Amino acid sequence: MDELKEVIKNYIINEYLEPDSEPITYDTPLISGGIVDSFSMVSLKRFLENKYNIQIPDEKATPEAFDSVNKIAELVREFTKA
Amino acid sequence: MAFPDNVRQLYQDQLKALKEAGLFKEERFIHSPQAADIEVEFPAGSSLKKVINMCANNYLGLSSHPEVIKAAHETLETRGFGMSSVRFICGTQDIHKELEKKVTEFLGTEDTILFPSCMDANAGVFEAILTKDDVIISDRLVHASLIDGIRLCSAMHDTYKHSDMEHLEQKLQMYQDKRLRLVVTDGVFSMDGDTAKLDKMVELCEKYNAMLLVDDSHATGFIGKTGRGTHEKYGVMGKVDIITTTFGKALGGATGGCVSGRAEIVEMCRQKARPYLFSNTIAPVIVGAVLKVLEILSATTERRDKLEKNTEYWRKGLTEAGFIVKEGDTPIVPIMLFNARLAQEFSKALYEEGIYAIGFFFPVVPQGQARIRTQISAAHEIHHLDKALDAFIKVGKKFNILHKTKQEIIEMYGM
Repeated sequence: MDELKEVIKNYIINEYLEPDSEPITYDTPLISGGIVDSFSMVSLKRFLENKYNIQIPDEKATPEAFDSVNKIAELVREFTKA
Repeated sequence: MAFPDNVRQLYQDQLKALKEAGLFKEERFIHSPQAADIEVEFPAGSSLKKVINMCANNYLGLSSHPEVIKAAHETLETRGFGMSSVRFICGTQDIHKELEKKVTEFLGTEDTILFPSCMDANAGVFEAILTKDDVIISDRLVHASLIDGIRLCSAMHDTYKHSDMEHLEQKLQMYQDKRLRLVVTDGVFSMDGDTAKLDKMVELCEKYNAMLLVDDSHATGFIGKTGRGTHEKYGVMGKVDIITTTFGKALGGATGGCVSGRAEIVEMCRQKARPYLFSNTIAPVIVGAVLKVLEILSATTERRDKLEKNTEYWRKGLTEAGFIVKEGDTPIVPIMLFNARLAQEFSKALYEEGIYAIGFFFPVVPQGQARIRTQISAAHEIHHLDKALDAFIKVGKKFNILHKTKQEIIEMYGM
């Protein structure tokens, strides 16, 4: 199990999903699939920045980059490495 | 001329896609004044049909009230038709100031500024009062006009789960580092008919030093004991910092809206809100008519009391008949059908029975939450509601959805 992806997935479930929502996978399209609206992405970005002590520049925080757990994990790794 | 065939084709394809997806909106032409009984041409070109209107925002039945029409006529005579100006050049008449004062008194606020519509009020207020150092925290089901206004503003924007006060509190804690916090909600949510918990929200805003904005368009005139709005219902009059509302629904239903609240906020809008600065003043005839509406509503609660009774009657009738009705106590009464096509076909079948009520589905409401939204009016008499109920039951039987659970309806028709 990928710990980073689980953290992201659990945050999304708690933050955005309703109790009767369909379960999500690492590949579920979040923004283009209508699960997360692009406004609500802000709190996810802030959560990741605080938890991993990173700064994701606004130009990198695009709806495409936040569209699945896999993509978000990739983005976080890019900045934790740096 | 720069509209070559390929551009035309592009738009034709997009319109075709909307039609194929069942998302193309068709207008029905009404040949009579707005009322409980209306005459409708639908589809275009067909002969007129008399139907009962169950989907107008004419909550208090004032859209075609004789006294309101008389006041409009009189103002047309005394103040003319148009002002040909924005407010700050030469578009402010004495009656515009009088209406701002009367709205302030009615809502129990400090000051009011008129806008051409509540859509414009919502489009203008955020940018006028917030900067990039601030945060807006809004309910996830707020009206589209608030979302558009928020988009026009440089403040950070985050959301909380619909009416979830714990989630709102978490967000307020999270953004304590911001210069200003503004919490945004509808008073009555237009698609579900539920109300924001303004007593709790005021408490949280006080605890975490945040301002509160409420769009009360579906409440002003009839929610609360004397119809002042959601803030009256929850006992927080004077504690909501900003109320935006419309004259285009219960208050005569023509056009126009306002921002009402803290004096400094109103003044900031007067100085900086772009839809106020760059759009024409409200036509005098509307101002005169809305003044009459406020006079009627300040003299008696008869109309909102009747609306409340009609709403109870309608909700009880539908529930007993076996429909799944969204819980609430407002005159917005959604009948849940879950499936988009079912909602459309149900609406068509109702129309055949002489009932005008529209189906709503994604993207107006979330996927799998399709419904018929009915709206009750003080213009409805019991015989209107009985006839509408008979039609709903007949159509409900036809589609076999009475006394069925959500799961059973979804099994029959899909999400």
